[in-house]
Amino acid sequence: MRIPFFILSLFLVTNLGAKTIQVAPGASIQQAIDRATAGDTVLVRAGTYYQYGIKINKSLTLLGQGKPLLDASAQGEILTISADNVVVKGFHFQRTGRTSITDWAAVKVLSAQYVQVLNNHINHSYFGIYFSDSDHCTARNNTIVGKPSEEQNTGNAIHAWKCNHLSFSDNTVKGHRDGIYLEFVTDSHIQRNFCQNNIRYGLHFMFSHNNTYSYNRFRENGAGVAVMYTRNVVMHHNHFEQNWGSAAYGLLLKDISDSKIEHNTFDNNTTGIYMEGSSRIHLAYNTLENNGWALRLQANCSDNVFEKNNFLGNTFDVATNGGTVLNRFAGNYWDQYAGYDLNRDGVGDVPYHPVSLYAMIVERIPAGLMFLHSFVVRLIEESEKIFPSLTPTELKDSSPLLKPIKR
Amino acid sequence: MRILLRYIAYDILRNRMIIAYTLFLLLMSATMFSIESNPGKGLLNLLNIVLIVVPLVSIIFSTIHYYNSYEFIELLLAQPIPRKRLAFGQFLGVGMALSLAFLIGVGIPVLLTGCSSAALSLVLTGVFLTLIFVALAMLAAVRTRDKARGIGVALLLWFYFALLYNGIVLFLLFAFSEYPLEKAVIAFVSFNPIDLGRILVMLHTDASALMGFTGAVMQQFFGSGWGVLYAVVIMLLWFGLPLWGSVRSFSRKDF
Repeated sequence: MRIPFFILSLFLVTNLGAKTIQVAPGASIQQAIDRATAGDTVLVRAGTYYQYGIKINKSLTLLGQGKPLLDASAQGEILTISADNVVVKGFHFQRTGRTSITDWAAVKVLSAQYVQVLNNHINHSYFGIYFSDSDHCTARNNTIVGKPSEEQNTGNAIHAWKCNHLSFSDNTVKGHRDGIYLEFVTDSHIQRNFCQNNIRYGLHFMFSHNNTYSYNRFRENGAGVAVMYTRNVVMHHNHFEQNWGSAAYGLLLKDISDSKIEHNTFDNNTTGIYMEGSSRIHLAYNTLENNGWALRLQANCSDNVFEKNNFLGNTFDVATNGGTVLNRFAGNYWDQYAGYDLNRDGVGDVPYHPVSLYAMIVERIPAGLMFLHSFVVRLIEESEKIFPSLTPTELKDSSPLLKPIKR
Repeated sequence: MRILLRYIAYDILRNRMIIAYTLFLLLMSATMFSIESNPGKGLLNLLNIVLIVVPLVSIIFSTIHYYNSYEFIELLLAQPIPRKRLAFGQFLGVGMALSLAFLIGVGIPVLLTGCSSAALSLVLTGVFLTLIFVALAMLAAVRTRDKARGIGVALLLWFYFALLYNGIVLFLLFAFSEYPLEKAVIAFVSFNPIDLGRILVMLHTDASALMGFTGAVMQQFFGSGWGVLYAVVIMLLWFGLPLWGSVRSFSRKDF
């Protein structure tokens, strides 16, 4: 009983000792930080500060009043945090330096715990917010807008390497290389972010297990979203849209396993979902609408379950590159299904074969795409529907629904 | 020449077939755009119809028209009119009437729903295909004396360009699938005006992204100024050569 009380009083004492140091335009933020002790608040007043290379190495709260502008004049990094429990809130960061030797960022967090980066606006930066070897950190409500140039000259908007228990939410990231990039990041939550117009991927992660991605929107990114070499991914209620271009994917899954992809919407992507070497993924209640290919399932995927998804208005529903079928389709709604339902239980009586002959041909010889929307293709597809001979007969949905699933 | 053209065109424009054809095209365009809320998709559906119906109607109608006006031609041949002028008059009369029908039936609805580059290329492709298949029909009709045979040849030509040719190309693509075929595809496309027209329209729509690497190569080729020039020259050749052949045959023919 006495020990907890002692700790509590210690906490109170340190808190009472906390002071607020104010910085006005013209003064050095670094000097203010140097004067502060752990637990203090550094309040930066509105104005423009042409300062860079600011280092925070003690637990401070760096607070911007009226969105002060920190401009690095393309010289270097703006803020480097290497202490635990730092809060950075309400700033406008601008013009970090660009170099290929160091990843300069507007806010960089190095080996620190419980750091929070909140309500900031970052533009024209190389990297936006950068976490390295830092756990339990948060990035919330930040707007990061880059000026898209070439892939080599742009960094990632939110970048995390070797972290766990991160939380990225309500951020808007545009015009960077990758919108959100995670490598060796585990047990994290990524939600309600909006990634648009990034040159490469809206979301990109590798070796990042046990993460949850929900309610995010990925729109018009150069190559959509690509995720690799990861297990236990949960993706739900995300929206992948308008990733349109000859090399764009709504969601590209490479070597992903034991995951759940549910209640997501994929619309107007060249390829809605592309799966390669992935296994034991449960895909349910997704809506795939107006995509070129709704689903491209490489033959090296196994034990994936597709159920209760809506396939609407896609040029190709499913494409695959082999005859072996190790995945299960059941109870999906396919708008191209032409079967009947005699007992009126809402389930079609004849199976639906989602792979069209033309999709098979195109997978074998890509040059065959010159026949897209031609009369010949329609003709051979109709005949193949009546007498299937080349399409994998085992790839079928035995219980196709007659009405789309409500979202 | 102008009087001749006026007679032929006026005669055709009163023809019930042409009126029905115009109405059919109008109906099709209206249906396609009312079913599809997305005008881009409506355009693609319409493209499919245009690519089948326009060549078929053009080639069959002009063949039949040629045989039906055989006596009229013979009458005119007795007059002091150069044969070349008569042949051109026949071609232009039928070609212009069918083009006009196409412009009213498809051109106006398409351009009303949105004057995009895809819409413009669809209209242009349709007019070119009309002229090309009228020229092909002339060639077939002038060269065959028998009406039934002439129509048969015309049908066969349509069948070849609409179906057989694609079958052959598909077979070739399969046979040479080990080789890089992207450039060869451009050559394959050039040898069939229907395919060329389809690709030209599709490259202006969203569907071009679906065509992957092949599409990218074609986009690069047909997207440049030289590519457009190349496409137009190929289209012109496609109706210039049969026209030239039929005028030549017509001039030398023993009626």
